Parts: sequence; C-alpha cells; structure tokens
Amino acid sequence: MLNRALRIVGLVLLAALMYVGFTRQPGPAAEDGKIHISYWEKWTGFEGEAMRAVVEEFNRRQDRIHVDMLTISQVDNKLLLSTAGGVPPDVVGLWNSNLSSFADKKVLLPLDDYLERAGISREDYIPAYYDLCEYEGVMYALPSAPASHGLHWNKRLFRETGLDPERPPRTMEELDAYSERLTKRDESGHLILMGFLPTEPGWWNWAWGCYFGGRLWNGEDTITIDSPANVRGYEWVESYAERYGVTSLQLFQSGFGNFSSPQNAFLSGKVAMVLQGVWMSNFIDKYAPGMEWGAAPFPYPADSPELAEVASVEADVLCIPVGARHREEAFEFIRFVNSQEGMELLCMGQGKHTPLAEVSEEFLAEHPNPYIEVFIDVAKRSRTFSNPKTPLWSEYLSEMNAAFDEIWLGEASAEEALGRVRARVQQKLDRHLEQKALREERP
Amino acid sequence: MRGLRRRELWAGLAFVSPWVVGLGVFLIYPIVASLYYSFCDYSVLERARPIGLANYIDLAKDSVFWKSLFNTLFYAALAVPLGLGLALALALLLNSGVRGLTVYRTIFFLPALMPMVALAVLWLWIFNGEYGVLNVALARLGIHAPAWLTDPAWSKPALVLLSMWGVGQAMVIFLAGLQDVPEHLYEAADLDGASWWDKIRHVTLPMISPVILFNGIMGIIGSLQFFAIPYIMTPNGQPARSAYFYAMYLYDNAFLYLRMGYASAMAWILFILIFCLTLVSLRLAARYVHYEAAP
Repeated sequence: MLNRALRIVGLVLLAALMYVGFTRQPGPAAEDGKIHISYWEKWTGFEGEAMRAVVEEFNRRQDRIHVDMLTISQVDNKLLLSTAGGVPPDVVGLWNSNLSSFADKKVLLPLDDYLERAGISREDYIPAYYDLCEYEGVMYALPSAPASHGLHWNKRLFRETGLDPERPPRTMEELDAYSERLTKRDESGHLILMGFLPTEPGWWNWAWGCYFGGRLWNGEDTITIDSPANVRGYEWVESYAERYGVTSLQLFQSGFGNFSSPQNAFLSGKVAMVLQGVWMSNFIDKYAPGMEWGAAPFPYPADSPELAEVASVEADVLCIPVGARHREEAFEFIRFVNSQEGMELLCMGQGKHTPLAEVSEEFLAEHPNPYIEVFIDVAKRSRTFSNPKTPLWSEYLSEMNAAFDEIWLGEASAEEALGRVRARVQQKLDRHLEQKALREERP
Repeated sequence: MRGLRRRELWAGLAFVSPWVVGLGVFLIYPIVASLYYSFCDYSVLERARPIGLANYIDLAKDSVFWKSLFNTLFYAALAVPLGLGLALALALLLNSGVRGLTVYRTIFFLPALMPMVALAVLWLWIFNGEYGVLNVALARLGIHAPAWLTDPAWSKPALVLLSMWGVGQAMVIFLAGLQDVPEHLYEAADLDGASWWDKIRHVTLPMISPVILFNGIMGIIGSLQFFAIPYIMTPNGQPARSAYFYAMYLYDNAFLYLRMGYASAMAWILFILIFCLTLVSLRLAARYVHYEAAP
C-alpha cells in the first residue's frame, strides 16, 4: 500500500514539475481585461524612474494595453537566455551596440512593416539616431534616450590657470596645449591635476582614432583599425603616457573614485577636461552642485578642418524579440515612447536630448542641462560615428581594450598593437562572412 | 520474498529519484551536450552546425587562448604551493598546544566564508595604488610598492596574494589531519632524540601526506577554474590581458561572443588538463603518500 501511495505521489509531483517546466506561463492574469505586455529595461535609478513615468503615462492614456516594466540587470544576457528558452519579453530595452549581434542571430523582429504602417520614417529623427537602429538595411529598433558626447571643461580650473574660462579648446593641438598648462604636480613631483587624460573615463578606448578621421571597418568586409588616421589617433594617446610617465599616471589614476560618486576624477577637480556624454550634467548636479562647467564639441586635428564634423553618438533602443507574444501591442508602446510627448518626458527625466527632429520650445527652455543644444547640434553633425555595426563587436571591443592598454603602458607601439587587432578581428570577420554565406546558401 | 524485494527496490528508487533525475538533467546531460557542441558552430540561438575539429584547431592558433592558459598556470603554480605551505604552517602553529585553539581556528577560517564579490571589492581597495592600505603599510616600511592592479607585471602576483585570504579552508582540514597523528609516534621520536624539525619531517608530514594530497588536488582544481574574483577585479583581464584567466575567456566566448561551441571545446580542454594534473598528482602520491592502513 505504502509504496503504491508513494509511487502515485511521485508521479503527481513529476507531472506537476513537467507542467510547470514545459508549458509557457501565461502572462499576468488578464483580470482587468487588458492585454499585459512585459517590458524589460536595463536602467535603474533616476533613468529608470524616468522610463517608469513614461510607462505609467502610456498605461493611463488608454485602457487596452498594460505595460509591466521590469528592471533587469545584464539585460542582453537575459534576452539571450530567455530567447533560447522560448520565453522572451514583449519589449526589451537594449543598447545600440547590442543590435547587430542580436539582429544577426535573428533574435529581433524586423520593424520595417510596423514603421511603414505607423508612418514613422527617418525624417522624423536626427538621422544619426535613426541609423543606429538599422542593420543591413532593416530596422530592428527605435531609439529611446540617445546621447551624443562632447568635451566637458571645468571653468574654475581654467580661470585659476589663466585660461579664458569661456573658451574651450577647439583643436587637438589646443587641447594638448591647454592640458599642459592645466597639469600640476606637488613638491615631490606627484601629479595632482591633469588637464586631459585619454584614459578617463575609459569607456571609448576604441574611438580615439575616429576623432582623427579613422574608421573601425569599411562597413562590409575589411577591418581598417591600423589605417594611418587610426594610428595617428593612438599615437596621440601614447603621447600623453610618454609626456607624463605611465608610473606616475597610474598612481594618480588610482586615486580616482567611481564614476557615479563625488570622487569622480572630473567632478572632484582632478582632471580639468573630459570627454563625456550629455548625461554628465546630471552627475554634476548630484555630486558637484556648485561646479562651474561648460560643454562643447570635442576638438579635431588642426590640419583636418573637415574633421570638425566628427562626433560620437549612441542610444538606448527599444526592440521586440522574435518570440514576443504581443507584437502589435509592443509596437504600440514603442510608438508612444517615440511620440514627441513621450520622448520629451523620457529625455527630460533622464537629462538627455531627444532623438526626434522636432523639439518643443519648453523642452529646450526647461531642460536641466544648460548645454543641451550643444549636444543636439553635435548629434546633427554630418560625420557622426558609433560602434561598428558588426555582430563581432563585443570581440572587437575586447581586442581594442587590450590594445589600448598595451599602447598606454608602452608595451607596444600604436602601429604594432593596432596591426595585431586588425589581424585577429579580420580573421574572425572573414570566418563570419564565410559562415553567413553558407547559411544563406542552404537556409 | 521476491515480491518484497522488488517493492523495496521500487521504493528505494523512488527515494533516490530526485537526486538521480537532478544528476541526469542538470549534470550528465549538459556534460554530454557540451562534448557534442564542442564539435559544432553553436550560438545557442541557432541550430548547432557540426564542424568537426574546427573549434579545437582554432583554439590551437588562438593567441588569447594561450595567453589565458599561461596566466592561469602561472597563477596556479604560485597560488597552490604558497596556499598549501601557509595553510600547513598555520595548522602546525595551531596544533602546537596553543590555548584557545577553537577561537583561533574560527578566526583563521572566517575569511574563507566571505562572499567572493565582497572579497573582490574589498581587495580592490586594499590594492589601490595611492590609498590602498597595503601600499600605505609598505610605504611605512620604506618599500615603494607598485600600483598592483594597474601594472601588468604585478596583477597576477597581486591575485596570488589575495588567494591567501582563503587559506583557512585548507588549514582546517590540515588541522584535523594533524590531530589524528598518534601521540606515541612523537614519544618514540622523542626517545630517539629527534629534534623539532626531525619530528615534522619524519613523523608529521608522512602521517598527514594523504591530507596534503587532497588539499593539493583541490587547490589545483580550484585555481585552474579561477573566475569570480578576476572577473570583478580585472575585467577583460586588464591591464593588457595580464590578468585574463582561462575561465574568463571561456565565459566571454560562451555568453558575450555567443560562441558556445568554442567555449565548450575550451571547457573540455580544461577538463582534460585538470584530469591529467590529478593523475600526475596521484602517480606522485603512490611514491610519497603514506596511508596508515595501506592495503
């Protein structure tokens, strides 16, 4: 008797486990008669709150769809795993740098039809941001909050050095000269203030060549990281390490605190000029409220005035995973975020500019960042760049970070280090294109 | 009787089934699957495509693979012997009849209980070149210390130093082994006029040699899989991949680059490496390890 009872209990348990494990969970009970869509967002903190406000506004405006926003760390990894498991969310907030890899793996829904039906086109946007959402001619996302980057400078330190606090450097040569004047050491020779540091904040170690007119690849099949323009960019990086000495720079840098803290190198006045995104204003307000600062386009080499049009941009993006259950409703939400009203609510809250071509007067007037129009103008430049749209980007980036270290530490010349990166990434790209051709031959 | 036997068999199987099912689903299946995927081009998101030995051939030509393997072996070659030596030394000291043994044992063991992430963040500050407590202390002694984690020459030694933090685990096992050494052997040695060192060399070490072997093998396995701490302290193996370890490259391939097949091949190579090193240890053990009740 006992063992029969046991067997039955065991079978029931097993059946229950299998039911839970192998059936798709229905979304949150639709007791309210609405269609619930799940939205995974990476942002926490005030950026997350700004997005939540937009979600609440969307939920309040209509009574057909309810967006359940869930904050998810490492959202790119979790999208990967949930897609492999067949239970992705309906909307996911990624970075533009994720798009090519996920689009290439057919994880994301092409949005071209949706955009056409909704009457959304490139003209509605600052072109650079719309283009970030495209991969091989297909749109896989729409932007949420975007960001362009610019030089931020500390006006007080400029004044104390005898520089005009209202005039930022315009060319690389001026940047170097200002930096030299701003840099200070104590009696024992230790650095206590740097004018500019190519390692700060260290998020775009791959991009320095681009400011000298370089590109990371030709957009198709050739890695161009060791082109003369790129080599020139990294020799410029190297010149800082050589001029100030790696050991003393290392010691100086180890005194920097976290980015989001009052010990941030720029906020604490240890570095006078820094390349940062439009968001920097939020952190200045929070951690260094009294700081006198300015923002301007990043300098260009004096001998190439056409490079004054170069600028780097990036964006958060909203996508619909291929396995999403409520695609139409998901797009409805993305569309609301991309309306002028939704977008201005979001970008005002996140302290960023909007990716849309149309901007309201109030947005510009009330925006907490006094230099918001600088960043909009920067984003509208004709030679904007972002990370290359190749699925190999995360590998490329890791190679670039390693090469940057080698150059900075004097372990390799710019030419050697970049040559090695080119060889490694080119090989991977060749392999990737080969396999892609194979896949297309026999689908 | 037979009926009862069979019923008992079923009941027994029912009772162990959670474990058997768990082992099968969460261990044996993934292991077998990873062996298969190591011969495939597999991104997790698309169907696996068999490509024969290509992953293994690519690995042989991959300079980052060799660099991460070198870094890992370098780390293991320093961390394992140093860790064993320190754990043994601490255990010997604690075993010398010190008063309040349980208190000391707890104190030395406590650090090993600290969560890895907290440990990594703590040591980031300890190793800080300018404000780190380590360099401040060394400066007092007149030693001009390097900026540990930003200097490629010092990043691996710094992590070896850090690994000594968890030495309490091995120490407790050594201590248990030491307390099993029969007192009469020491008494006999005393009668023969053995010195302190002779007793350690000829009584203690042979008697605890199985424990040394065990701790040694566990140390090798643990250090070849070194991951969580460098993943937090030296992301991307910076500076200049000097602290890029095997398990980090494996993880990056699997979850960042979506090359699960390549990562599976790396996992199998690591398994074979650990297997061989363990075999070598056991071979050496046959010569040096003394079991009290040898068959």
